[in-house]
Amino acid sequence: MFESLTDRMQGTFKKLNSKGRIAENDVDLALREVRISLMEADVNLKVAKQFVNGVKAKVEDAHALESLNPTQQIIQVVNEEMVELLGSEEAKLQTAPAPPTVLMMVGLQGSGKTTHSAKLALLLRRQGGKPMLVAADVYRPAAVKQLETLGGNLKIPVHSEGTQVAPERIAANAVAEARANGYTHVILDTAGRLSIDEAMMQELERVKEATNPTETLLVADAMTGQEAVRVAQQFHERLGVTGLIMSKMDGDARGGAALSIRSVTGVPIKFIGTGERPEALEPFMPDRMASRILGLGDMLSLIERAQAAFDERQAAELEQKMRTATFTLEDFYTQLQTIKSMGPLSQLLDMIPGMGSAMRNQDVQVDEREMKRIEAIIQSMTPDERQHPEILKNGRRRKRVAAGSGTSVADVNALLSQFNQMQKMMKQLTAGGSRGKLPRIPGLFS
Amino acid sequence: MVMRFLRGKQDPKERDQKLDEGLQKSRSGLFGQMSALFDREEITDETWEELEELLVASDVGVETTFTLVESLQDRVDSGELRRPSHVRETLKQELRGILESVPPRNGAATGEGLLVTLVVGVNGVGKTTTIAKMANRLKADGAQVVIGAADTFRAAAIDQLEVWGQRAGVPVIAGAPNSDPASVVHDALAAARTRRADVLLVDTAGRLHTKYNLMEELRKIERVVSKGGSKVENLLVLDATTGQNGLLQARQFAKTVSLDGVVISKMDGTSKGGIVFAVVKELGVPIRYVATGEKIGDLAEFDSQAFVDALWS
Ligand SMILES: Nc1nc2c(ncn2[C@@H]2O[C@H](COP(=O)(O)OP(=O)(O)OP(=O)(O)O)[C@@H](O)[C@H]2O)c(=O)[nH]1
Ligand SMILES: [Mg+2]
Repeated sequence: MFESLTDRMQGTFKKLNSKGRIAENDVDLALREVRISLMEADVNLKVAKQFVNGVKAKVEDAHALESLNPTQQIIQVVNEEMVELLGSEEAKLQTAPAPPTVLMMVGLQGSGKTTHSAKLALLLRRQGGKPMLVAADVYRPAAVKQLETLGGNLKIPVHSEGTQVAPERIAANAVAEARANGYTHVILDTAGRLSIDEAMMQELERVKEATNPTETLLVADAMTGQEAVRVAQQFHERLGVTGLIMSKMDGDARGGAALSIRSVTGVPIKFIGTGERPEALEPFMPDRMASRILGLGDMLSLIERAQAAFDERQAAELEQKMRTATFTLEDFYTQLQTIKSMGPLSQLLDMIPGMGSAMRNQDVQVDEREMKRIEAIIQSMTPDERQHPEILKNGRRRKRVAAGSGTSVADVNALLSQFNQMQKMMKQLTAGGSRGKLPRIPGLFS
Repeated sequence: MVMRFLRGKQDPKERDQKLDEGLQKSRSGLFGQMSALFDREEITDETWEELEELLVASDVGVETTFTLVESLQDRVDSGELRRPSHVRETLKQELRGILESVPPRNGAATGEGLLVTLVVGVNGVGKTTTIAKMANRLKADGAQVVIGAADTFRAAAIDQLEVWGQRAGVPVIAGAPNSDPASVVHDALAAARTRRADVLLVDTAGRLHTKYNLMEELRKIERVVSKGGSKVENLLVLDATTGQNGLLQARQFAKTVSLDGVVISKMDGTSKGGIVFAVVKELGVPIRYVATGEKIGDLAEFDSQAFVDALWS
């Protein structure tokens, strides 16, 4: 269902090419694909429209259609624009002129405020600060206890006054206590609420008034759909949001809400949440977010996951092989074993640009059985065949491999063509402009 | 795939202006305008454009929207539908048709042995609150209810459930924090039997559907439940605020534990929950309940007509 943007646009251009010369208004056709892709990524439809309109002139200026690879060119322009829009400046937490710095966490129910309060506290302490957590959600059953437990685990003090005191009083008392006891930061965990709940929004205004927060951080779920725009706008209008945290980014949501919220509020995205543990908080990286929203695959995540599962030497080797496209079936096989510990194969393949749809086009469902079959096929190959899959063009070899693995020649063919695709993608990635587009992280692609 | 509202027929300046207006405008305003459009005599490009916008803005998804609109366009071309109001009514029927195409699987207690309801979903969608509401409803209907607290992971998840259990007047069987959820379920099953309960509601920890190990854990929990020989049903809670990822969630949960019903939560917000059309269509799982707030009574039987009408409200 979710084709990658590259596939989609390549499809368009294939159609156009077969028509003959690419015409002027074909930019519109290509950009329409971008727009659809953005909406599939949950970018608000109006934001998607506005974004694509804004990008059009730049695409024309880039003379993308005259280039050999218009898809690549257009995507590059679109990608750059999106990175720009998402915020090229590094968005750090602001600090109050005199401590304590107050951070107020706000958002819808279930967006992850409590967990992110704890994550921020841990981060600030690691940076040498002395943070205090404040339980200002007096509504949700056991919300106070949840924060106390998290604080207790991290050995970070939690200010709580039960559920009978008004949140603004609790918050004000906490700030006074923090000031008296040399805390650098006060993190206010407020109750989740609907942005259309007038009484609850007024409560937040009172908390804000009572504590004068330096940062008002809106925690938004990466899976949020079209309404993200309105919700963010309403929180922003009432409270003057100063930063965004996109939570649950460890899932497979494309995260278009990030673009929607950013473009209607103009507020910088400061962090992303990538897991349930208190360590799972990362600085926001616009370039990675952009390729995720655009569905360009996420090679970097793939490599990172590989790094977590492989030992370092292996990871460096894998990176090198992907880079030089000398990745063989032998490597593929060895890594299949490790990959098993990284999660379902389909999901990993989806991270490779073009790969997800390549698999789907052949209607191949990657499941554990499929993986076993792949393993069996590769096991039945000679070392030579694994290193040089070209020699498997020979029909007799294929038959032998099929018989040896208890599969059919069609299965062997399917695997080989998938592998071929994968190699091609890797080549494209390293030959095309994409390498330069990857974030500059020391050690990776540098 | 060509969508009407993706056509470049307006000049960009005009469109930007329209966008700004649109973003300012509240939704009801926008769709108030919509109804006016349908009251007109002729079906124009604008009719389709607005229709598509309505659906996409409700998180129905581009693909489903396209399929729906295309079939309407065919019927207009064939002369079957002539006026915008016909188009709208037909669309409503089709939308209801999707939701009603799957017969409800009534897991309600029948008085013949224990029914175990496993409630699953990603983090923060409203599983625990929904369990409390279900317990409350079932109890009011005269059923003996027990709750199993199988979220042993999230901080204070057990305390949260215990508060709800007290409010609903229903016993909560829990283990120690961070203990094996499958063993909690095991104990809860035993307790439910001892008490001759009609229904055991099992709260599970929120988990992203992409986490292989956590999904395997869920599989294990389900195995423990099914081995007990009771009737089992699995309910997925989907947050109405969720966009297209809702379908990926449903797919993966359905693959892991097989689903008997969906609960749409947070329908008291402004999101329309349109992703459920794709979910019902693709996975053939009926929608069971709609949750509309944080109070124990805020749970209603799913009503497809009300749900579809709400798209236009
Ligand atoms: N507005 C609204 N809020 C809801 C609804 N259902 C649940 N909530 C709120 O959403 C938040 C999360 O609900 P929970 O029931 O704790 O969700 P959960 O799925 O059990 O969360 P985890 O166990 O942490 O994954 C709480 O603040 C609830 O009060 C609903 O229908 N409407
Ligand atoms: Mg819960």
